[in-house]
Amino acid sequence: MAHFDQPLRLRSGAELPAFDIAYETYGTLNAARSNAVLVCHALNASHHVAGFYESDPGNVGWWDNLVGPGKPLDTRRFFVVGSNYIGSCFGSTGPASINPASGRPWGADFPVVTIEDWVEAQARLADRLGIERFAAVIGGSLGAMQALQWTLSYPERIRHSIVVAAAARLTPQNIAFNEVARQAIMTDPDFHGGHYYDKGVVPTRGLRLARMLGHITYLSGEAMAQKFGRLLRRGTPGFDFDIDFEIESYLRYQGDKFSTYFDANTYLRITKALDYYDPAADYGGDLTAALARAKAAFLVVSFNSDWRFPPPRSREIVRALLDNRRIVSYLEIAAPGGHDAFLLEDPRYHAALRAYFANLEL
Amino acid sequence: MTPSGQALLAARPDFAAIAQWLERGARVLDLGCGDGALLRYLWQARAAPGYGVEIDDDSVIACVSNDVNVLQVDLESGLSLFSDHSFDCVILSQTLQAVRHTEGVLREMLRVGREAIVSFPNFGHWSARLQVALGRMPVSEALPYEWYETPNVHHCTVADFEDLCRSLRFRIRERLVLHHGKPVRLLPNLLGSLAVYRCTTQ
Repeated sequence: MAHFDQPLRLRSGAELPAFDIAYETYGTLNAARSNAVLVCHALNASHHVAGFYESDPGNVGWWDNLVGPGKPLDTRRFFVVGSNYIGSCFGSTGPASINPASGRPWGADFPVVTIEDWVEAQARLADRLGIERFAAVIGGSLGAMQALQWTLSYPERIRHSIVVAAAARLTPQNIAFNEVARQAIMTDPDFHGGHYYDKGVVPTRGLRLARMLGHITYLSGEAMAQKFGRLLRRGTPGFDFDIDFEIESYLRYQGDKFSTYFDANTYLRITKALDYYDPAADYGGDLTAALARAKAAFLVVSFNSDWRFPPPRSREIVRALLDNRRIVSYLEIAAPGGHDAFLLEDPRYHAALRAYFANLEL
Repeated sequence: MTPSGQALLAARPDFAAIAQWLERGARVLDLGCGDGALLRYLWQARAAPGYGVEIDDDSVIACVSNDVNVLQVDLESGLSLFSDHSFDCVILSQTLQAVRHTEGVLREMLRVGREAIVSFPNFGHWSARLQVALGRMPVSEALPYEWYETPNVHHCTVADFEDLCRSLRFRIRERLVLHHGKPVRLLPNLLGSLAVYRCTTQ
């Protein structure tokens, strides 16, 4: 955990007087300090990227298939940093933290944070760790937006940006899904306008629905059909509203699980961060103009079954980079996993990342 | 040149011709770039920064391994990723015969590039003509596939290609016809097995 006393001015105009960032590191920073790789997490993950704790062997890091000794992002060669974003519920300062002004949890008063704010906070963490320049910043989905924003906020501090299952801005359809999720949370009677911590309740019903909706969009129709089909839990239709189909059981399970560990105020803020992200907005929607200040080399990866951030969203980024004559490679992988494919161990995807990291000079 | 470089040029005699037609530092786009061998060669020989377009997964990964910029898109569906005249040269090296939308791809090449370089095995070479005359589909060094396993869909001869260039209003700036890596000046459509063209718009 790193504590920062200097206030963080946010894009919204609000200010965090002081903040903590939870982080984990793997491997060793070399003498030249040239081998650091920042891993940015997506919606529901944390700084716990790889490995497990002795005290909790079941809690394996969310990108453990990619990061570790001998893995595509090899921690024998790279110094890997996983950092938890501001507003999270996994250790960094967030809505459940104590607001120094009131001595009570921030709750609804915790400011709305953005991708740009997260990159600012990560840059402070990099300063603290003695990292002048990252060899690479990598992320998928929401993490990919951070990897992209790094090249715009700190073009001199990042050599390679690895942008997986990404979009440079959400479509109205994406925003619509996020809004339904937020409404599910905010209309839960246990939400209490965001000040539920004091009341000893949690808006689990809202969180559960938000997560169920999210899960539908992370999987492809094909993956869902393959995994669950139309299998009936009880063998025959129940002609009632208990669980009939396997997919119902899966969504309920995922929703229940999520609602026990995730914070509703965090969920609201993350979806807003997603909605607001649009580096081209200041350039009349011209992404090419927006990316002109990027200097990094890019690897962009999309998955053809991802309908949340489908390949055309990644191609927009690639096109803007090409127009700026940036170094870029683009992979469009025919994997069935949907948006979640970026977390899975597709052999082509991992072979490409392994090759890319192997070529990365230190 | 390294021994492997020599082996490469022996295997792909069109590479040297392509390199020789490029200005130093020219920005190139190689369509159907395979493992990126040509782009690597052009970087070494002409300091030409390039990108490859390739659809095959294994080839794309090979490009990443070879430190070649690669874009995994289907060139048949057009080069919409690339802006007009954003490259000095767009190359189609021994890929023409495997392209389905030949006219569309050639037009796109000269939209995206100031010039286009195209190389292809010459179906007019005497050995191919002889095999057809004897009632067999040609198999040779330049056309190594049996008819039932060939990825090639559009074979053409030197004369055919030049007809197409005329109909597309392409101007042929340079032509090199080769056999076993050596230039063929006499009766190129009969004695040449590999043709390389540099074209621009009119």
